[in-house]
Amino acid sequence: MTRARGWLALAAAALAAGAAHAEERAIPPGELKSGSAFLGSDLRALQNDDFANPGMLWVERGGKLWSEPAGKKNLACASCHQGTSMRGVAASYPKIDKASGKLVNLEGRINLCRTGRMGAQPLRYESEELLALTAYLARQSLGLPLAARIDGAARAHFEAGRASYHLRRGQMNLSCAHCHDAQWGRRLLSETISQGHPNAYPAYRMEWQTTGSLERRLRACLSGIRAEMLPYGSQEYLDLELFLAWRAQGLPIETPGVRR
Amino acid sequence: MAARIQVPREARRGEVIEVRILIQHPMETGYRHDDIGHLIKRNVINVLSCRYNGVEVFRADLSSGISANPYVQFYTVAEASGDLEFNWIDDEGQRGSERQSIIVKG
Repeated sequence: MTRARGWLALAAAALAAGAAHAEERAIPPGELKSGSAFLGSDLRALQNDDFANPGMLWVERGGKLWSEPAGKKNLACASCHQGTSMRGVAASYPKIDKASGKLVNLEGRINLCRTGRMGAQPLRYESEELLALTAYLARQSLGLPLAARIDGAARAHFEAGRASYHLRRGQMNLSCAHCHDAQWGRRLLSETISQGHPNAYPAYRMEWQTTGSLERRLRACLSGIRAEMLPYGSQEYLDLELFLAWRAQGLPIETPGVRR
Repeated sequence: MAARIQVPREARRGEVIEVRILIQHPMETGYRHDDIGHLIKRNVINVLSCRYNGVEVFRADLSSGISANPYVQFYTVAEASGDLEFNWIDDEGQRGSERQSIIVKG
């Protein structure tokens, strides 16, 4: 009896320790730096110039698509969302979709609306249209702090994302944490390693010469450490996106960011 | 081809005004190869010009060295109310144009 109670206490202590560990932040909130802090002054100026920022071409297109009817029901996004502000919406993603109980990112949310409410085909991941709509939505939360929730049904996804972030992978046997927690601010050849935050995506990347999603950026990191790239929209990316959003909690949205 | 242009809505006669244009275009250099090793044909905007009330005030011959989604900025003198009209053409013969009006006072 006493022994059983002892085990229970131990198990409870282990659980509590696990929970405490989950909330531990490798980078304390006061030291969070957006990716733009690691850019040269020229790229930072380009990002902050509402006209010259090339990502604004996608935002503008997204604004047009927003009110363009699509699908069998001939509805546009604006048909339902008319008169309601979308400001703040992007800051809460990735998020549990109430109807399906699944974790969705902003791209997934747009496609759920298309298939569920508009009777339209989902947009292909990384297509110009989906990038444009995502950028347009995220832009409306410009300056608002990332505020994804990790309680309730999101908890398991958060834990999976955290495990994924710390998993060593690829030929270089590196995890995300090895660069973005332990070495940020230091040099990797000509680059300064950033803290790896998602607050500027979709972003215009000089290397791509175009706008890309957060998942495209994740794939670029995986390719860099010579690890396997997963397909767009896979569960592991979604979980990781949730962990990244929590990790960057409080950083303002900068979409469309400009990055090297 | 989507583009954004920025011209002041109003200016004083004789004022030097800033004109900016950003065009969405891949500006394919002609030096890259695709996944199976074939050269990707060059496709860049090769001429960009701006007419102010019908008179050419700016012209640029662009080539492979210019990045995708080119951004161009120049200055001109506000002389009379009217239109600034931009025209451009790429190697595939696709044309684009945009115009914006300006009101000149004084």
